[in-house]
Amino acid sequence: MKIKKIFPQVITLLFIVLIFTFFTMNAQENMETRGLDFGFGFLKESASFDIQFSLIDYDGSHSYARAYLVGLLNTLLVAVIGIILATLLGAVVGVARLSPNYLIRKTASFYIEFFRNIPLLLQIFFWYFAALRALPMPEDATLLLGSSFMTIKGFYTAAPIWKNFDIFFVVLIIAVILIFFFAKYAKKKQEQEGKQLPVFIVSLAILIGLPLLTFLIGGVDLSFSFPVIRQMSQSSYTFDGGLKIPPELIALTLALTLYTATFIAENVRAGIQGIGKGQKEAAASIGLTPNQVLKLVIMPQALRIIIPPTTNQYLNLTKNSSLAAAIAYPDLVLVFAGTAMMQTGKAIEIVGITMATYLTISLAISLLMNWYNKRIAIQEK
Amino acid sequence: MTINHMDFFKPKHQKNRNIYLIIGILLFSLGILDFSLNNFQDKNITFFLPGPISFFSPLIFSVIGLSFIRIEFSGIKILDKLNKNINTSNFNAVLSTSIILLVIFALPPLLNWFIFDANIVGDTKEACTGGGACWVYIKVWFNRFMYGMYPNAEQWRINITFIAVLGFMAVGFFVPSKLRNYLSFYYTILLPIISFILIYYIISGGSFGLVWVETGAWGGLSLTFMVSFFSLIFCFPLGMMLALGRRSNLPVVKYSSLSFIEFWRGVPLITVLFMSAVMFPMFLPEGTYIDKLIRVVVAITLFEAAYTAEVIRGGLQALPRGQYDAAKSLGMGYWKMHIFVILPQALKLVIPGIANTFLALIKDTPLIFVVGLLEVVGMLNLAKTNPKWLGFSMEGYVFAGIIFWIICFSMSKYSQKLELKYKTDR
Repeated sequence: MKIKKIFPQVITLLFIVLIFTFFTMNAQENMETRGLDFGFGFLKESASFDIQFSLIDYDGSHSYARAYLVGLLNTLLVAVIGIILATLLGAVVGVARLSPNYLIRKTASFYIEFFRNIPLLLQIFFWYFAALRALPMPEDATLLLGSSFMTIKGFYTAAPIWKNFDIFFVVLIIAVILIFFFAKYAKKKQEQEGKQLPVFIVSLAILIGLPLLTFLIGGVDLSFSFPVIRQMSQSSYTFDGGLKIPPELIALTLALTLYTATFIAENVRAGIQGIGKGQKEAAASIGLTPNQVLKLVIMPQALRIIIPPTTNQYLNLTKNSSLAAAIAYPDLVLVFAGTAMMQTGKAIEIVGITMATYLTISLAISLLMNWYNKRIAIQEK
Repeated sequence: MTINHMDFFKPKHQKNRNIYLIIGILLFSLGILDFSLNNFQDKNITFFLPGPISFFSPLIFSVIGLSFIRIEFSGIKILDKLNKNINTSNFNAVLSTSIILLVIFALPPLLNWFIFDANIVGDTKEACTGGGACWVYIKVWFNRFMYGMYPNAEQWRINITFIAVLGFMAVGFFVPSKLRNYLSFYYTILLPIISFILIYYIISGGSFGLVWVETGAWGGLSLTFMVSFFSLIFCFPLGMMLALGRRSNLPVVKYSSLSFIEFWRGVPLITVLFMSAVMFPMFLPEGTYIDKLIRVVVAITLFEAAYTAEVIRGGLQALPRGQYDAAKSLGMGYWKMHIFVILPQALKLVIPGIANTFLALIKDTPLIFVVGLLEVVGMLNLAKTNPKWLGFSMEGYVFAGIIFWIICFSMSKYSQKLELKYKTDR
C-alpha cells in the first residue's frame, strides 16, 4: 500500500527535476556560447527609446526599470477602465436579457451572441484599423460638447488644471472614510432600533459637499485647458493643450469592454435566474416595493452566484489587455517584452519578469475578489 | 396592469376601442414617418417646434401612439400579444420605440454597404466604384486568406488532407457498437498520429514527388484549423490528467499540478507565445531545432490544458461523494473508479465549460501572429498593406469576423445540443 503512494510521487518529482536541470543546463551552455550573461543589472541602464503614451514622466534617458513601470501603468490603466466599463455594460445587458420586453431581450441576446463569437484580436483590429480610421483629420473635426474633438489622431478633450490638488485629494479620502463610518452607524441603528437613515442622500451630500468646501476655503482651484488647433505645416494640423487620449487606447478599451461585457452579462443573467421565484414572491408578499425586492433580496443572493465567474472575466480582461501589443499601444508586453528585449537581448530575464508581473496581478485580483466573495457569502451561525 | 396616470385616456367600453386604435396607430406611424423623413429625405416636418422637442418628436409621437393602443383584453389577438411583449408600460414603450428607430436608422446604410452598393465583379481595385463594400478584394485575395502563402498549384494538397482528416474524424459515427469502447483511445491517440502523418507527408511534402513547402508559408484559415485541431486534441487528455492530479491526495502530485495550472492561468497567451518563440530555443541543446509551428501548438496546448483542467475539476467536485464511496466499496482501484464511474459522469456535467474553453482556443489562434505565423487575421493585416489594395481593411475584417462568427456560433449551438442530449436528471 505504501509503495503505491510513494512510487508515483517519486516518478513525478524525478520528472520535474530532470526537465528543470535539462533546461537550465542547456540555457547555461547556450548563453555561454553566445556570450550572454544572466542578470538584472540592465534594469538600471538607460533605456534610450521613447514611449508614445505615458502616465508618468519618461524619456529615453530614464532606465529600463522606469520603462517597465510605464508599461505596467499603461496595462493597469486599460485593465481598470475596461473592468469598470465592462461591469456596467454587462450588468445592464444581463438584466436586459431577462426583460419582459421582447425587443429589449432580443437586442441584448443579439449583442451577446454577436460580440462573444468574434476573436478579440479581430475586434481590436477592426476598431483600430477600420472604424477609428474613418474619423476626420484634426482640421475637419467638429467640436463636441464645446470642448472635445474626435479625430483620427485621437480624442482631444479639456484637461483639468488643479491648484492645491493634494488638499482636494485628502479631503476626498476623508469624505469616503466618513461615508464608510456613517453607513456602519446607519446599519447598526437599523439593526437595533429599526430606524432607516437616508444613507444614500447623506453619502452623496458628504461626497459632493466636502470637496466643494475646499474650493471655497481650502484654496483649491480648478481650471481647464482646452485643445486648440495649430497648423504644423502646409497640410498637417495638430492640437495644442488639452488632454489627448490616443486612438490605440480608445480602440483597445472599446474592444475589451464590448467583448468582456458579453461574458459578464451572461454571468449576471445566470445569477438572477439562479434565485428561486419563491424568494421574489416572498419578498413581495411582505410588502417590499419592486426596487426593494431587487436591492434587498435578489441582488445579495445573486451576487454570490455572479462574483466567482465574473472574477475570472476580470482576470481574462487584464490578461487580454496584452493584445495591446498588436496595435502598438505601449503596454507592458510591447514596451518591455518587445522593445526592451530587442535592445538588450535578455530574453530569459525579460520574459520571466513579464510573466511574473502578470502572475502577480492575477493573484492580486483573485485574492481581492475572494475576500469580497467571503464577505458576502452566507454566514452560517 | 397597475393604475397609472394615463388611465383616464383608457377606453371604458369596447366600443371606444376602435377609435383609440386608429388614433394610436396614426400617431405611431406619424412618429416613424417623421423619423424616416428626417433620416433619408433630410426633411423635418416638425421644424416649427423648438429644437430639442423637434429632435425627439418621432419618439414622442410613437410613444403616445403606443400608449393609446395599450388596451387591456382588446379581443384582438395580435394587439394583445403586441401589448404584452413590447408595450407593457410607458417606459417599455420608450425602450421599444428607441430600438425600432435605431433599426430604421442603422439597417438601410448597413444593407447598402453590404449588398446594394457593393461590388463583386472584376479583378482590380478599379472595379470598386460604388460607395459600398469592395468584395472584389476578398475575391482576389480569397486563396491567400484560406491557404496563406502556400503555392497556388499545390493547394489541392491541403484540401485533400482536410477531407481525409474529416473522414477519419467521422469514424466515430459509423463504428459498430462493439468497438465503441475503443473510441476514446482512437480519438486521443490514433487520430492525432494519423493526422500528423497525413499533414507531414501531404501538406509538408518532400517525398513521394511532392514539393517541400516549409511551415512558414502555411497560413490562412487552414492554419487556424490545423493549430486549433491539434491543440484541441492534445489539451483535453492533458487537462484531464491535471484535474485528477490536482485532486490527488499525494502531495507531490497535487502541488505540482496545482502550480502548473495556476502558472499557465496567470499569464497571457501572448507572453506564452513570446516565450515559445524567443526563450524556448535557449532551453534546448545547441543545434536542435523544433519547427515554429510545433512550438506554437505545444504552447497553446499547455496553456489551454490548464483551463480545461479547471473546468473538469469543477465537474469532479460537483459529483456527490456517494459515487466515489460506492465505486470504492465495489473494490475498484483509483484508475478503474475514475475511468468507469467518475469521469463519464463528471465530463457530462462540464460539456458547456469544455465547449467554452474550446471556443476560447479557436478565438485565441489569431494570436500566433506574434511569432510570425500568419493565419487568417494575420493574412488580412498583410493584404491590407499591399500597395495595390490599400484602404480595404474594413472588408477584410468583416469577412474574417463572419467566418469566425459562423464557426464559433455553430460550435456553441452544437454544445448546447450535446448538453441536452447527455443531460441526466439527478
